[in-house]
Amino acid sequence: MASLVGSRVERKEDKRFLTGKGRYTSDINIANQTYAIFIRSPHARAKIKKVDISKALKSSGVVDILTGEHIAQDKIGGLIAGWAIRSEDGSEMKCPANPPLAKDSVNFVGDPIAVVFAETLDEARAAAELVKVDYKVLKAVSNLGEAMNSETIHDGIDKNLCYDWLLGDRQKVKEAFEKADKIIKLDIVNNRLIPNAMEPRACVIDYNTASEEITCYTTSQNPHLSRLIMSAFGGVAPENKLRVVAPDVGGGFGSKINLYNEEIVCSWASKKIERPIKWVAERTESFLTDTHGRDHITHAELAVTNDGKFLGFKNETIANLGAYARVFGTVTPTYLFGPCATGVYIMPAAYSNVKAVYTNTAPVDAYRGAGRPEATYTIERLVDKAAMELGMDPIEIRMKNFPTEFPFKQTLVHQIDSGDYVAGLNKAKEMADYDGFAARKKESESKGKLRGIGVTSYFEACGIAPSPVVMMLGCGVGLWESAEVRFNPTGQVTVYTGSHSHGQSHQTTFAQIAADELGVPIENIDVVHGDTDKGTFGMGTYGSRSLTVGGIAIVNACKKIVNKGKKIAAKMLEASPDEVDFKNGEFVVAKSNKKKTIGEVAFASYLPGVRDEVKSPLPEGEEPGLIESSFFDPANFSFPAGSHICEVEIDPETGHVKLDKYTAVDDFGTIVNPLIVEGQVHGGLAQGIGQALYENAQYDDSGQLITASYMDYTMPRADDLPDFNLGFTCTKATTNPLGVKGCGEAGTIAATPTVMNAVINALDGKEISLPATAEKVWKACKEMKKSNAKAA
Amino acid sequence: MKKVALEVNGKKITREISDHTTLSGLLRDKLNLTGTHIGCDTSQCGACVVHVDGKSIKSCTALAADLDGSKVTTIEGLATNGKLHPMQEAFKKMHGLQCGFCTPGMVMSAVDLLKNKKNPSDQEIRDWLEGNICRCTGYHNIVAAVKEAASKM
Amino acid sequence: MKTFNYHSAKDVKEASKLASSNSAFLAGGMTTIPSMKLGLASYKDIIDIKRIKKLSGIKVSGKTVTIGATTKHSEVASSKDVKKAIPSLAALAEGIGDPQVRNRGTIGGSIANNDPAADYPSACIALNATIHTNNRSIDAEKFFRGMFETCLKSTEVIESIEFSIPQKSSYQKLPNPASRYAIVGVYVAQHKTGINVGVTGAKSCVYNDKDLAGALTKNFSSSVIDSVKISSSGMNSDIHASSDYRANMVKAFAKKAVDAC
Repeated sequence: MASLVGSRVERKEDKRFLTGKGRYTSDINIANQTYAIFIRSPHARAKIKKVDISKALKSSGVVDILTGEHIAQDKIGGLIAGWAIRSEDGSEMKCPANPPLAKDSVNFVGDPIAVVFAETLDEARAAAELVKVDYKVLKAVSNLGEAMNSETIHDGIDKNLCYDWLLGDRQKVKEAFEKADKIIKLDIVNNRLIPNAMEPRACVIDYNTASEEITCYTTSQNPHLSRLIMSAFGGVAPENKLRVVAPDVGGGFGSKINLYNEEIVCSWASKKIERPIKWVAERTESFLTDTHGRDHITHAELAVTNDGKFLGFKNETIANLGAYARVFGTVTPTYLFGPCATGVYIMPAAYSNVKAVYTNTAPVDAYRGAGRPEATYTIERLVDKAAMELGMDPIEIRMKNFPTEFPFKQTLVHQIDSGDYVAGLNKAKEMADYDGFAARKKESESKGKLRGIGVTSYFEACGIAPSPVVMMLGCGVGLWESAEVRFNPTGQVTVYTGSHSHGQSHQTTFAQIAADELGVPIENIDVVHGDTDKGTFGMGTYGSRSLTVGGIAIVNACKKIVNKGKKIAAKMLEASPDEVDFKNGEFVVAKSNKKKTIGEVAFASYLPGVRDEVKSPLPEGEEPGLIESSFFDPANFSFPAGSHICEVEIDPETGHVKLDKYTAVDDFGTIVNPLIVEGQVHGGLAQGIGQALYENAQYDDSGQLITASYMDYTMPRADDLPDFNLGFTCTKATTNPLGVKGCGEAGTIAATPTVMNAVINALDGKEISLPATAEKVWKACKEMKKSNAKAA
Repeated sequence: MKKVALEVNGKKITREISDHTTLSGLLRDKLNLTGTHIGCDTSQCGACVVHVDGKSIKSCTALAADLDGSKVTTIEGLATNGKLHPMQEAFKKMHGLQCGFCTPGMVMSAVDLLKNKKNPSDQEIRDWLEGNICRCTGYHNIVAAVKEAASKM
Repeated sequence: MKTFNYHSAKDVKEASKLASSNSAFLAGGMTTIPSMKLGLASYKDIIDIKRIKKLSGIKVSGKTVTIGATTKHSEVASSKDVKKAIPSLAALAEGIGDPQVRNRGTIGGSIANNDPAADYPSACIALNATIHTNNRSIDAEKFFRGMFETCLKSTEVIESIEFSIPQKSSYQKLPNPASRYAIVGVYVAQHKTGINVGVTGAKSCVYNDKDLAGALTKNFSSSVIDSVKISSSGMNSDIHASSDYRANMVKAFAKKAVDAC
């Protein structure tokens, strides 16, 4: 049987999505359900003086209305930060309480205050309009740069500062900078983004009054973790009385990692009103209340020698947490950002200092890449600027500072097990026809256009691990993953994984892996995920961890199946287990033609006996059945890397940037399914390009989100993007048996600096802030023209 | 309340609806055709695209009452006798979908394109799909799928 | 969206009779329905005029093209007659929204709504359109009053729009990257009687840029546009384009339009 790992297997999940048979949370209806509408703060910062629900309660069809008072009375806990970060001075981070319904104060537009349950959605909406909230409106802190000098949002949190964190050695950096020929300095704003999964968040809750079990169908990337938080911190129900199901989920990109207010409130309320509840966010609600991403202000410096060697790096960043600290909110700008900011380079000395502050905006958390795009943008802009100031080619300066020996101890934290950065950049250079750029630039110029080329080399640290290390660094949970592999007596296999697919294709990829391990046709393998009642506990899907952690748990569980199978087969074949080999789904006794298929072994394991004779196929001490599980905790992160090159053409008359060519060369180690991996890269690129050219979440001074719909928030569309030219190199990961590295975030991490480096290259090095909108580029073109005229 | 009679995926249906029911509301809530998705409230995302009398429209921005007598085809009605439409086949083959949420609207829009243009260029495909937002695929494989379908149809 | 009474009018007379200050006529619904969904508008009565046959269709005479109010953008875009008589008008229709919007949205709805960033109003200005209602015929210059405001009375129904066929013309727009409405759209049309430059997106209401028209009357070339000074005062300013950028884009797109004529 040919190996399925490495082949372009079409997806098992496609048929249901292509025929309208997907089952997303909002497709679920439960008899007798009520409809929920949340009353949300229209103000960015206010004290709640009074919530009057009396009139609304009398409105037609209203079943109940619950407020922050009720939450407090029932002692329902709030939302939490998943990582405790310590400041440079040793003090613990400061986090405000974040109740599921606000009782005393609201801290961003969209902060929920009360919820109406009614017989119909229209009735819920009508009643919601009758809930009167009396506010004392306070001055909003909406500007990140001024947040530390503004009024205190949360009592007891001075300067709105959650922590002031340092990684690295300031003294060593100081010494390195003293030796430098040149210091390259850069000030950047990493623009705020809204993840915008196409499926708006939703939850449907069903409370069983007899069993007292709550079932919560929800749009989550990690149902097990949601259950844990809802139970342990929310106090909604004990874990054994709480089932969380994340059925088909329409994209997440980080925004569905968090457990949200609505899930806690509706789960708690369903028990209270003894009715099922359905809540589906409108897109505007998603814009206002989904966690946002990025939003940093960074000053960074790179110390270099005249011949382009890097000596040291410093990174001073202010990161926006929004109104509250959420699950990955505090770690994204620290351990996911700081260590990666020195990039793929040998950097003798470095530090990253991050001040995370609260503002009256939606909570900021992980968004595809989470910290690593911000880090890569910082270093890759700096490196390009250094090349320009030193008069070097951007590829030459990168090559000069790449490590060539692996494992490579990266400056701040990571021990990178494998990689070949030189090969990746060389391949990208060739595929992009880097050397032909000058001719293409000339051609563009002949049409009155400007052309630029941009290069980025990146690495990513993903599949965060191992658990003792991440917990030592402040994580509230371990980041292992679980799997269970169950053989049916008749030979089909069900694989249960604790990770969750919301587009990543686990039902196909994981089945490929199991098919190879067990020698069972892929058609006979089903992958089950997303239901806390099915399968063991799991940590979910984010940070490109599913394959490198969850996939390996499946491999390990399969290996246990094979081990047990070997013993049973040996007994059946009257051989010693040492003599039995397993290959292509068959247990074969060496140097003989005696064999049993794994299906026969599975059958025997469940039906361990024969008529008229007391004879078991099971060796002494072996239990019946063929089900095995595994919890995999990798020894380290995985470290994908690559080099991307793109070209843009700019119309100086309008400032319009046309993305003309995009080449991506990535090293993801072993690739299980190239079709799917390419899709992950394409999608990641679109989001990174979106950050570079289009997307920008903006709040006004009063804290109103002015990009709260697709009329104002620019989503990349089909006609904005080119075809992508992809290539791969392969150095296998040494920390897992498949040699795989994560691939979900790479495109997003590399694309933003690649595009911006190209735009700035076209503008002769003129700095421009993210995103490079037509107006900004047009202004830069105008200034360029002026300075060129002066020079002439 | 209004009574409307439509032909949906070849079946005649009659339903009592309130005046402000949208076509997407009728399909999802009254006919349990939940393949038609709602991704926004400003008629921009295109997850709700269906065909009415042979043309693609956004079903979230059409009143059911005003479509009395129309023929509607949704994603559920595209395959015939269990055989996938060539566009559905092509999306599968080229991996033109990931999370699947925008997919029904994307496929219905793409089918309408090929009715209007048999062999569209890449640019024509990208222009036509302007009203369908996908967050997962970067559109690359969607364009490839539409081309693949065009070559098969 | 809040509920309303839906009426499908048989004829214009019935539509007009059903109308009140608390009603809206419904054609394609491309603005009306989202506005109601977002709670920005609500009405007691929605009067659907799509089934009134005489409101739809395209007629070309020697000097004019007349388009029925409920004619869809896709019908204008694909009309051989329009393509032949005023190709720029068909191209404008092809560039409105997306294919699904063009399959529903109507010309009458677009101009009655008078969105400051809509495309069709600029065509009305540039092509000396006459708007025929059930009561009267109105010159485009008088029809558009201000932001989302026209001279239509609440019971008045647009029946058709009659465009003069120009000698040459072109419409060029810079779309808003998010909404795809016009940040600036410039419709240049040369008639025997004179030149019009209909500008949409730039200000609170579509207008005829007399300075550009004057300059082009003297010398119909894109180079002459450089010499025209366009003030940014009164121009719209938002997160996608400042007033200064818009003023400059009026020039840039006027040039593109002249070059494309």
